Amino acid sequence: MSTTDAAEESSSSASTLRRGGRRFGDSLFSVLSIGSGLLIFLTLAAVAIFLTNESVPALLASEELAGFLSNAEPDFSLISYTAPYIFGTILAAALALAMAIPVSLGIALFISHYAPRRMAAGLGYMIDLLAAVPSVVYGLWGGIWLVPKLEPLYTLLNETLGTFPTWPGFVPWVGGEPVVALFAGDPTAPMNNLASASIVLAVMVLPIITAVSREVFLQTPRLQEEAALALGATRFEVVKTVVLPFGRSGVVAASMLGLGRALGETMAVLMILAPGATFSFHILEVGRHQSIAANIASRQAEASGVDMSLLIFTGLVLFVLTFIINAIARWIVARSGVKS
Amino acid sequence: MAAPQPINVDSLNIYYGDFLAVEDVTVQIEPRSVTALIGPSGCGKSTFLRTLNRMHEVIPGAYAEGTVEIDGENIYHPKVDPVNVRRRVGMVFQKANPFPTMSIRDNVLAGVKLNNRRISKKDADELVETSLKGANLWEEVKDRLDKPGMGLSGGQQQRLCIARTIAVRPEVVLMDEPCSALDPISTLAIEDLIHELKESYTIVIVTHNMQQASRVSDRTGFFNIAGTGKPGHLIEFDDTQKMFTNPENKQTEDYISGRFG
Ligand SMILES: Nc1ncnc2c1ncn2[C@@H]1O[C@H](COP(=O)(O)OP(=O)(O)O)[C@@H](O)[C@H]1O
Ligand SMILES: [Mg+2]
Repeated sequence: MSTTDAAEESSSSASTLRRGGRRFGDSLFSVLSIGSGLLIFLTLAAVAIFLTNESVPALLASEELAGFLSNAEPDFSLISYTAPYIFGTILAAALALAMAIPVSLGIALFISHYAPRRMAAGLGYMIDLLAAVPSVVYGLWGGIWLVPKLEPLYTLLNETLGTFPTWPGFVPWVGGEPVVALFAGDPTAPMNNLASASIVLAVMVLPIITAVSREVFLQTPRLQEEAALALGATRFEVVKTVVLPFGRSGVVAASMLGLGRALGETMAVLMILAPGATFSFHILEVGRHQSIAANIASRQAEASGVDMSLLIFTGLVLFVLTFIINAIARWIVARSGVKS
Repeated sequence: MAAPQPINVDSLNIYYGDFLAVEDVTVQIEPRSVTALIGPSGCGKSTFLRTLNRMHEVIPGAYAEGTVEIDGENIYHPKVDPVNVRRRVGMVFQKANPFPTMSIRDNVLAGVKLNNRRISKKDADELVETSLKGANLWEEVKDRLDKPGMGLSGGQQQRLCIARTIAVRPEVVLMDEPCSALDPISTLAIEDLIHELKESYTIVIVTHNMQQASRVSDRTGFFNIAGTGKPGHLIEFDDTQKMFTNPENKQTEDYISGRFG
């Protein structure tokens, strides 16, 4: 302390510097940044409170849930209504990611480490464009153009693999089916099934995962790559020993961003999927699945009272689901983070 | 194995795109000896060094013209795969660069495991031990081989990189200012190591430290540039003893006396 005082006395110019205080721009900037941080928090809180609040009627009215959504079913409950949509949402998103992640990583690596520079720039630009296409356009394209094209593929998969993997699998707690066989069942045209919805979802999340992964791969320290090259690594080995380990947490983060979009994507699913509410793993069958988001969008116009409350409750579930997935993603990123 | 042959560099021009960085180098590097490259910064020492294992060309647009013969084979022959060259000519960088996600053990084995070469656990253990011993690091790390290589001190990391380089049993080891980021004690440790390594390897080391060049090397090459934007040239190449006491070339003399005086 005494040294500071001494310094202050000995040098008046230093003290003018110090007392000059924060400039106007600085204070404005800090108010703005704190303000926007607060705004994000308040918006999130407002959404959470709204969802919880509006779900209360449905949560309390265990017997009086008899709106039109209940369809006069005897065992109708909050859970029996929501569970198939949770199942449909997760299954669609999981399939979409399973298809999108490998392709995205391939494209990202190609752009970052294989393509000549000019080609890489062009490809990167195209990926960004793809990310900017509105989902309703994907919905139209998927529903009208893609679905008929997929019919022969589905028939082939159904005939060849549909009977093969009948391992005893996950038995859901409400009215599920005892076997897991993705391509089994009885697909009928038009193929507005979960497989089609998932493929379009995959196309939609592909640009996000690709763009983020590419950024991460490009940040691989040059020195690390040269270390591998100098040991006699081929380009593929550089990717394997340096680029992928370095980018691992980034790829997880990218995939989770994609998963977030796949879980919440409404329009494309709505326009492609013929809905149903079962726990079927037969992704080629039509009228078996529905996602939470698409269900809300398709029902909210006609719903009111307890039905609306029920729909909002499913929205709350989706909200919590994305929260949990984000938390898991953060955990994975933190755990696998490279210590530098 | 046949007696090791010298590295023959003939009329080598080295480019970054249109820019001629190093011009017309012709030199013979003795096997199983230490050759030091000195000169002011920017004169092309690193650039030249990196042409000896074809690392130069990994920079976009960079290429070299001329020939570099190692073991009687021109490594710039169109049929030669640079990957194979780099397995025979190892490299240690200015800044230690162990693989951050790997343990000490895996770092040493990294080069051996490339290209899906299989190695039994026993052979791997042996190789890790001999390589770390060869890099004078074994005693310091033998109890924590499974700990990350990044946890070591700077000097230890650099010796780990040397262990990783010699684990693939190269013929030549290139070093680009390997001690410039190290404290004097670690520097001495590496210089001692270089003395031992020349029994088995041909070593070419770039250094900005002339005392170091005179301590570790048998032969010394002096690079210089006429000015910025001009290409670097190998001005003089001779026994270290002679270069530091009685150089032929005026530039060499100026450079050496300037730094020492
Ligand atoms: N990646 C690069 N791209 C373009 N020019 C480079 C690059 N690296 C080095 N150079 C140029 O090549 C010349 C020699 O550089 P370098 O070999 O690093 O010198 P030294 O190692 O002797 O200090 C310098 O003019 C430098 O600017
Ligand atoms: Mg250099």
